[in-house]
Amino acid sequence: MKAPFWTTRRRDALTGYLFITPQLIGVVVFVLVPVGLAVWYSLNDWNIFRGELTFVGGENWAALLDDPQLPSVLGATAVFSGGVVVLNISLGLALAVMLNRRFRGVTVFRTMFFSPVVVSVVAWTLVWGFLLQDNGGINAALSVVGIDGTNWLQNGNTAMVAVIVTQVIRSVGVNMVLFLAALQGVPGELYEAARIDGAGDAAIFRRITLPLISPTLLLTAIITIVGALQAFAQIAVLTQGGPGLSTTVLVYYVFQQAFEFNDIGYGSTLALMLLTFVMLLTLLQWQLRRKWVFHEN
Amino acid sequence: MRTDLARRIVLVVALTVLAIPFVIPTVWMIASSVKPLAEIFQSPPTLFTSSPTFEAYAEAFRFQPFARQYVNSVYIAVVVTVITLVVSSMAGYAFARIRFPGSNALFLVVLVGLLVPSEVTIVPLFQMFTEAGMVNTHWPLILVTALAAPCVLATFIMRQFFIALPGELEEAARLDGLGRPAIWARIALPLAKPALSAVTILTFLASWNLYLEPTVYLTSPELFTLPQALTRFTDAYGGEMWNTQLAAATMTVVPVLIVFVIAQRQFVEGLAHAGLKG
Repeated sequence: MKAPFWTTRRRDALTGYLFITPQLIGVVVFVLVPVGLAVWYSLNDWNIFRGELTFVGGENWAALLDDPQLPSVLGATAVFSGGVVVLNISLGLALAVMLNRRFRGVTVFRTMFFSPVVVSVVAWTLVWGFLLQDNGGINAALSVVGIDGTNWLQNGNTAMVAVIVTQVIRSVGVNMVLFLAALQGVPGELYEAARIDGAGDAAIFRRITLPLISPTLLLTAIITIVGALQAFAQIAVLTQGGPGLSTTVLVYYVFQQAFEFNDIGYGSTLALMLLTFVMLLTLLQWQLRRKWVFHEN
Repeated sequence: MRTDLARRIVLVVALTVLAIPFVIPTVWMIASSVKPLAEIFQSPPTLFTSSPTFEAYAEAFRFQPFARQYVNSVYIAVVVTVITLVVSSMAGYAFARIRFPGSNALFLVVLVGLLVPSEVTIVPLFQMFTEAGMVNTHWPLILVTALAAPCVLATFIMRQFFIALPGELEEAARLDGLGRPAIWARIALPLAKPALSAVTILTFLASWNLYLEPTVYLTSPELFTLPQALTRFTDAYGGEMWNTQLAAATMTVVPVLIVFVIAQRQFVEGLAHAGLKG
């Protein structure tokens, strides 16, 4: 007797392929094909009047080296992403440690620190834009205690700080929650044992808490830095990259080149550079994960 | 005993001070949206006005098709969330529970969608949607959001959830003669409520907050979404209409905040769940 073709295993496999098809099509059409096209655009020059692409080979890539604005853009990107990651992780961890205990009102505090996460980025940034103005709320509050505040967003030195702080306050709640969940996963016996051995708070934090939550630290670092590299709305609404180029980070520069100056070729080249950074960071963090993250076994 | 109390007081004071920049901007936004224009930049500043007016709220609807824009944001977010729930729970289930040749390689292909920032693909996508005649429609916002980045994250969350699910239930269902699709719909999905609510929250917020995409694809005010509309409250001379903007921002933010306060356990647990399993 011949075995039927549609065995359970074959039917299962067919269902599997059908189930993943919509998602797979989505990724291919809306991610992989565009990345391929971006590579093609980066090798072409876009003639805006004729609406035509002309193959120029490596010209756009060579232009990266000659772009007088690029060093400043990359510097701003590094300062912004670095500032956001450092501040976000340390503040998120500090908040989580403070809120990882029982006392009256702890839920209210958690809600307050998390609430900006659900506020729309544009609304949040608009409000901070008002508050940071020369005659805005922050300077008014400072003047009450006798400090003469600067025009935060118009000053090349303070604009970047303002953008970083605004971004961190809006998003640190996510990391706080992730750290809280990780802290609650640390077995209480470990703390007790360490106390019996006479370890102080600082030693316990460094020797027990930090190693045990290191997987979460790594994960939040990835999420935060990739998020910071993609922060567009914050910059577009708060400073439009200014004053000068002081807050023009790479994503905003890509947007300007591609959609304001209609330079599709160069814009795509810059976008691929951004993609390379994201990929390299992810790879680096995967490598670090092996070395640095605590393993139970 | 006494040091314990002192410590606790220090902690609460420190947390209260830290909470100021997290809470005051939202409070100030709501309070200022009912202030007369002249009072917004008054010095010394007031937090609450003595003569509230809702004029700015009325102006928001007069100046832009704000009701229409509100409907746009809501329906796009709902459609995107529903599509994402279906697509990601199917894909996540298949990657986690069904053996088929190439599943690991295909999963890696899908994960690439998580790594590529939308700012990288927006230039080619804009050209593709121009070719397809879909610029200045909601199609790009719905299709890309429902099938690319946020959906890939959802698929990842669903896969992690289904991997941890015990297999006995499925075995029992199989013996009862249920096929895979029926097991997915009747056994797996009802068990996946925590993951599904995490996906709902993350996807809805991602769609609700989209800014780059609408800015690039949409040019007609009646098609705008809320974040985009918020930045367009400028008068004929380019001056910003402060209190109108604040009123519109308040209308954008407060409903989501209310839902958050009511369902905060789901928000926070869903997020922690999604994050830690990653």
